[in-house]
Formats: sequence, structure tokens, C-alpha cells
Amino acid sequence: MPQDKPSTVAGEYPAAERSAVELDAVKVAYGDRDTSYVAVARADLTVRRGEFVAVVGPTGCGKSTLLNIAAGLIRPSAGVCRIDGVPLDGLNGAAGYLFQADALMPWKRAIDNVAIGLEIRGVSRSEARERATGWLARVGLRAFTDRYPHQLSGGQRKRVALAQTLILEPKLLLMDEPFGPLDAQTRQLMGELLLGLWSEDRKAVIFITHDLEEAISLSDRVVIMSAGPGATIIGDYPVELERPRDPAEVRHTAAFARLHREIWDHLKSEVVKAYAQEDSR
Amino acid sequence: MNRRTILLLQILVGLGFFVIWHFGTTVPMPNGKPLINPFFFSTPLDVLARTWKDFASGVIWRHLYVTALEMVLAFIIGSVLGIVVGFWFARRALTAAVFDPYVKAANALPRVVLAPIFALWFGLGIWSKVALGVTLVFFVVFFNVYQGVKEVSPTVLANARMLGMNNRQLLRHVYMPSAMSWVFSSLHTSVGFALVGAVVGEYLGSSAGLGYRIAQAEGVFDVTGVFSGMLVLTAFVILVDLMVSAVERRLLVWRPSAPTSTAQG
Repeated sequence: MPQDKPSTVAGEYPAAERSAVELDAVKVAYGDRDTSYVAVARADLTVRRGEFVAVVGPTGCGKSTLLNIAAGLIRPSAGVCRIDGVPLDGLNGAAGYLFQADALMPWKRAIDNVAIGLEIRGVSRSEARERATGWLARVGLRAFTDRYPHQLSGGQRKRVALAQTLILEPKLLLMDEPFGPLDAQTRQLMGELLLGLWSEDRKAVIFITHDLEEAISLSDRVVIMSAGPGATIIGDYPVELERPRDPAEVRHTAAFARLHREIWDHLKSEVVKAYAQEDSR
Repeated sequence: MNRRTILLLQILVGLGFFVIWHFGTTVPMPNGKPLINPFFFSTPLDVLARTWKDFASGVIWRHLYVTALEMVLAFIIGSVLGIVVGFWFARRALTAAVFDPYVKAANALPRVVLAPIFALWFGLGIWSKVALGVTLVFFVVFFNVYQGVKEVSPTVLANARMLGMNNRQLLRHVYMPSAMSWVFSSLHTSVGFALVGAVVGEYLGSSAGLGYRIAQAEGVFDVTGVFSGMLVLTAFVILVDLMVSAVERRLLVWRPSAPTSTAQG
């Protein structure tokens, strides 16, 4: 560590040296003072470079809000979001975002959807399409390059979206229940595909899900959020399962079961709370 | 129920209509007169003969050309204005809010009453008809563009921004295709209105066009001429509609279920 660096910042936040994302006392409230709705009361979360962090919590707890903060799509009402130690202002250009809902442009073919990010960065059309073809092959869609999104299945659309995001080589990957709408088998296959691609260059990942098994089988760390409104982070569990791992196989190990039970006991009370709030509404 | 049965029944309905019309107007009843007075209703064979004669002598082509020209001009001018103003309003909330009551008022006005004014302003030539068509086409296109820009999926938009698009690129790759898809899916309506503008304008005062032909025939109680004009007009509309359907299928290939035309062909 360089000695002449101001010791205050570096000393107080040694993690900032290596952190890809740092949410520091982030609060998110919508509306004006009278009708204010506090989505996230306080969130402190540090994601190191190359770390795969899964965020789990009951429905409507503001998990997606955290991602939108890290993406720069919304600003925190209080607190700071630092990317590589620098406070985020505006959109986070280094981040790739995989949305829960369909986000492909329906009027573009699969290949054009994947190539568009490069094209708008000034890469020539032929080169962008060539690289897009390569990426579509990597996600197993070589034969579907000329399809429009509506001609693809839900799982195939997610793969196109994954290729569309990864082709830009983001340093940080934000994933908002990306495999949520898929059936169980497809989800496992997508998890496998994701881990395979991720292990090649180990980007920092924030992966939002409500599926605890998925969270444990994919990530290095599982973070638990409380039920909203006014959600906070209430748990942080390291996942010390061997890598590289097969997300389908790892579910059958004893270590997985132990971790699952431990986190689930914690999470269950929050889920019950969330249901109670929904009923009282 | 298969397509052939339906087609057969459709043809039967048409034939039945003409058979009733034919025998009603030509077969004398016991009192010596046909059941339907051919002076008011003409006869199908007369209408066909007249139509054939008009095409054979070539007089109808000039009128078809004039009506088609007016329709095309009204469609193009109305669409361009609708697209420009639609985008402008959709992207400028203040403008849209300020002009909102005036747009609604203008759209509520039955445009036919403008025809005499346009005849006064633009003369009896094609431009008064084009103007009438433009006032009809403009609002269809305008509302669709406005809606198309407003209804862009927020997820698609957020994704495009995360991919790094600036405002100009968003316009080109997201807003424009979305708005155009709405415009394309309203092509039938806007092309139809362009034709309505042309024909109604001609009907109310002109020296050429299908509307003019019908008005002329009506002026001398020539019912055969009126029906013949209507027949040509209907055939023309169906032809235009088929062309629009073909264009629409090409432009909206990316749509999950592009609206298909009804069983006409």
C-alpha cells in the first residue's frame, strides 16, 4: 500500500481498496415528506472484486432498489454508493444489468440485440456482429442468431440478455432475479451457464433472488434483507463451498444442507413478517 | 368449420344479394311493375355494364388517378406532421400539457365541416381534398406516435441506458421503433381516413375524382352511375387495404402476432 496516501480514507475503509461496490449507509425513500415511503431504511454492503454476492429476502423488500442504486438508475436519499472507491454520480458505466423482466428490444433480432452495445460504442457493424455471433454461440444459441425475441423461449431470451450484457465486459454484473420467470430445470441450467462464464474472469456480481437454494449454490456470500418497507440488511453468511462447483450437484452435499438450514431459520421469520404485512394492507 | 365452407357461404351471401336485387328489379309482378323500382335502385347488370363501359372508354382512369393522388398526398403529409408533432409532445411534457385541450377540441370537431373552408382557401383542385385528408390522418398518426413513445417498456428503456445509449441513440433504437410499430399497426385506419378525406372533399365540390363522379351522377338522378361509382370505390378500397396488409406484414415481422387481415383473399 502506498505510504503517501491520505491515511484517513484508506485507513478507515481498507476494504475500499479492493471493493467493487460499497453501499455506505444507503437509504431510499420515495415520494415527498408527507407521503414518504421508505423502501430501504439502511443498507451497508461491500462487494469485493471478483466476489459473487447473492441477496435474498422476502418479496417487496427492496432488493431491486439496491441494484438500481449500484447501477445509478436511482439515487440514494441518504448515504453513498462507491464504485471502485469513487462515489457514483449518474449511470454506472462499468456495470452490466440483467433485468428480471424481458429487456431485449423486441424489434431487433437476437444478433442485433447482442451487437447493439458495441455498435453504439463505435465498433464497426461487421465486427460487432461477428463478436455477437461468438457470444451467442457461447450461450448456446448459435442456431438462433436471426430470431426475434418473441420467437425464442423464455430461457433463450435470458441467454440473449446475458450475452448482450457480457459482450461489453462489465466489471460489475448486477442481476435482478434474472432466472425468476423460468421453470426449475431451465433455472439450474442457466445457473450452470452463468457460473461457467463467470469463472472465466470472475467479475464482481450482485445476484438478487428469492430462491435460497439458488443463492447458496451460486454465490460466495449470501446477504439477507428484512421485510420492507424500511428494509435493512440483517444477515451476511459466507458460503464456503468449493469452486469450481456444479450448482446442481452442490445442493446434495452436507455442507450445503447445513448452511441452507442456518440461513433459512433466519430468513423464515422475515418471510412470515412480510406475509403479515401484506395481509394487513 | 373449415375455410372452404366459410368461403363458399361468403360467396353464397353475395350471390343471394345480387339475385334478389336482380329479380326484384327486373321480374314484373302481377300489377305489371317489378317489386323494386329500378329508377331508385337500378339493376345489378346495368351497374356492371356501366362500370365496364367506364373502364373500356377509359374515362374512369383519370378520376381514379386523381383520387389516388389525393389519398397518397394526404397520407404522406398527415403522417409526417403526426410523427413530428407526436414525438415533440411525447418528449416535452409541458408542451403536451399546454396544448392538450386544444388537441382534444380539434380532434372532436367533425372534419367534414372544414371541407367548404378548405375549398375556399385552397380552391377546387386537389389541395383542398389533401388538406381535408391531412386533418384526418394527422390525428390518427399523432395519437399513435404519442402513445408509442409513452408506452416504451421501462425495462427495455432502462436496459438500453445501461448498455450505454445516449439520448440520440435511445431515440433511434428505442423510441422510434416503438412509435413506428404503433403507426404501422394503425396503417389501415390512417390510409382509410386519407381516402375518406379525398372522396368527401370531391363529393362536396371538385371537378375530378371518384367522389366527383358520384356527386355528378346523383345530381341527375342517375342511380346506376352512383352505384357504379360506389362499386369502383369499394374495389379500390379493398385493393389499397390488401396492399397495406402486405406492407404491414413486412414491417412488423418482429411482432408476436401481427394483426392479420380478415378472410378477403
